[in-house]
Amino acid sequence: MNDQNARREFVITWIIKLSGYSSILFVCLIFFFLLREGLPALVDTSLASLFGTRWYPIENYFGILPLVLGSLVVTLGALLISVPLGLITAIYISEVASRWEKEILKPLIELLAGLPSVVLGFLGILVLVPFLRRFLDLPTGLTALAGSILLGLIAIPTIVSISEDALNSVPHSYREASLALGATRWQTIWRSTLPAARSGVLTAIMLGVGRAIGETMAVMMVTGNAPVMPQGLQALFRPVRTMTATIASEMGEVANGSPHYHVLFFIGIVLFVFSLVVNITASSISNQRRKRSERLLS
Amino acid sequence: MIKIRIEHLNLRYDDGTESLKDVCMSIEANAITVLFGPAGGGKSSLLRTLDRLNDLVEAQITGQVWINDVNILDPKINVVELRRKIGIVFSRPVPLPLSIYGNVSYGLEMAGEHRKGILDLSVKNALRQADLWDEVHDRLNDPANSLSGGQQQRLCLARVLALEPEVIMLDEPTSALDPIATQKIESMLQELKQQYTILLAPHNVQQSARLADYAAFFLVGELVEYGKGVDIFMHPKDKRTEDYIMGRFG
Amino acid sequence: MKSLGQLLSPNQTENLGFFILRLICIVTALPIIAMVLYILVRGMPAISWTFLTAMPSNGMRAGGIFPAIVGTFYLTLGTAIFSVPLGVAAAVYLAEYAPDNRWTQLIRIAIINLSGIPSVVYGLFGLGLFVLFLHFGTSILSASLTLSIMTLPVIISTTEEALRSVPFSFRLVSISLGTTRWQTIWRIILPEALPGILTGVILGLERAAGETAPILFTGASFYLPRLPNSPLDATMALPYHLFVISTQVPGMPILIQYGTVLVLLVFVVMMNLAATVIRSRARARRQW
Repeated sequence: MNDQNARREFVITWIIKLSGYSSILFVCLIFFFLLREGLPALVDTSLASLFGTRWYPIENYFGILPLVLGSLVVTLGALLISVPLGLITAIYISEVASRWEKEILKPLIELLAGLPSVVLGFLGILVLVPFLRRFLDLPTGLTALAGSILLGLIAIPTIVSISEDALNSVPHSYREASLALGATRWQTIWRSTLPAARSGVLTAIMLGVGRAIGETMAVMMVTGNAPVMPQGLQALFRPVRTMTATIASEMGEVANGSPHYHVLFFIGIVLFVFSLVVNITASSISNQRRKRSERLLS
Repeated sequence: MIKIRIEHLNLRYDDGTESLKDVCMSIEANAITVLFGPAGGGKSSLLRTLDRLNDLVEAQITGQVWINDVNILDPKINVVELRRKIGIVFSRPVPLPLSIYGNVSYGLEMAGEHRKGILDLSVKNALRQADLWDEVHDRLNDPANSLSGGQQQRLCLARVLALEPEVIMLDEPTSALDPIATQKIESMLQELKQQYTILLAPHNVQQSARLADYAAFFLVGELVEYGKGVDIFMHPKDKRTEDYIMGRFG
Repeated sequence: MKSLGQLLSPNQTENLGFFILRLICIVTALPIIAMVLYILVRGMPAISWTFLTAMPSNGMRAGGIFPAIVGTFYLTLGTAIFSVPLGVAAAVYLAEYAPDNRWTQLIRIAIINLSGIPSVVYGLFGLGLFVLFLHFGTSILSASLTLSIMTLPVIISTTEEALRSVPFSFRLVSISLGTTRWQTIWRIILPEALPGILTGVILGLERAAGETAPILFTGASFYLPRLPNSPLDATMALPYHLFVISTQVPGMPILIQYGTVLVLLVFVVMMNLAATVIRSRARARRQW
């Protein structure tokens, strides 16, 4: 009986070990297949022309800059909305809200987090876009602004939950010390607690950026999908195209192995690398913070 | 008769706290051997080493511990078997999230025993020996944490007894209990020593004096003095032992 | 020129400040409530037994959305089959077996990255590996596998957290009674961590059910005459269906669109509720 048990334990332990390492396998697989289908784009068109400013695949113009800038513009706009709203909400929940206020706010944020982006895109088309057109007197409401507003909403739960974590992990002794010195709760929040949570908030913002840039459906439905180079502040009120929307809308119509196909995968590589950088930076920030606080508290 | 022979046991935790320095002692069978001394002396570490529980943490261990002519520190032995032969009760009762019956039968079930008749009998015997049967025999399926603190600790003892070990170790078993519960456990130990070898790390000197057939005084990882309980407490040879017993430090 | 902060006493500043904070929270919360109510109000009229159980007709412009509902159900099931065992096992490794070294660091970095990859990039990956390289074609299989890898990080992190929250003393006691590591995990740790694991699984599957981009090129289809017969068939799916009918079908009755979005919303909300209920009941019943 012992031998049988020992063998079973051995097999199970190995299965668990392999499962543990599977994440590394998947990341490598993803990167590999993106490279496999995307690198040929460098053969079909030179690197220089890939970073050109004209995206017009029908005539073999594969400049991805308008798409990259489109993503950046929409993301920036989204951050301008989601960071203030998200951070303030996190501060309120963590420092000010009463129990019943928390029991309303937190589920609402969780609900927002669970809303599929296609649902937000749908509401965007029906409500937001016509509203923008009438309210701002634009030729069309399908604009970067519409995308930013939706993306801002989508990014809020990320920013709220991570900032809230960061604020909650500030030791109570900080707050108590500040109050004991005669500061009001308001002053304590801005002068003591929030600065202490600085790196956590930074992590939250970075992850919000990652979330926003990676978003596909909502932006695809409301930004107008015009791959033009965004020019100045006006770009916010004009149609634009993100990298993600490009892949999603054009992939269905390309021939396997064509230059267009390869370039779409190349955009995928750009997105992958970008999210890699954002996420590694965010986690190293939070690692640094953890090490620093371990040293402080030891 | 010698049950356990400890030879040049050294233990050092990886976080730098040195815990046991060159401990050599022999533990008599069918007696209560008491390990006493101030906190940090190494008593808990010794007990955990005997049960190979220090395998779970980062530590360097050298030396040998012989039980039944086997060096239990040898990495090649069957550790799971060893832990059934050596039972340990901790200072805070930790009922597993199972029923009372489930707790007591846990060790046997994990060892592969599934026959209901045998399990029932073992559970009953163990609960009898731990002086808990009368109080719980009609609610064996209740969750274990519905018991009082003292009852839970006796349950932890029953859990160990169900496996019919050879050695029972108790690490400050009554520190979380009131005097009445404490007294119950102490008289139980006096009965159990007829069948088992008992190692006890008590949480005060008085308990040591009450129970010790043999006593070992530990100070900062070193075995200072060891001998018959009566001798140690009435006529301690080492000044440090005497100071501690007299309460001059602690 | 004195600043506003200096014109008011600290207490007055605090009250004003809290008031503004509260206002901003309302500004954040209102759109969420408004969206849900809007969908509810506009979509209710479309809901009927026929709508939920009949096949579509007239080029999707009439009839029901049954195949989309069934498709989403299949995809969610497929995702669960692949991601739950693998994710839980990986979390068990991290919580119970993994040493504190470089390799484990690498695993954690990999998980963080998996969780940050844009959903459309998962779609590309699924296309490259499952649809083309492994020749599974546009199918429930390809889409489920793609969605599973996307769902792994959520399941791994919530499961690991649930496992770590089980007190160490349980493990210590169990081991001291002569059990193996796996026996302890299987008999004590996993059952105790189950509510937390379930919560994470439900939230992960909820996200998978609502995603469109990963299934765009790996399994989703719009005009399918029959329900899928095997995992190698393509399928309709609620989020994809909603996307197409709201952007690409001329003359699509608005009522059907509202009905579809309401069904999707209800699906998501119900999963959210289930997770919340499990979480709070477990917290109340916790034996430690």
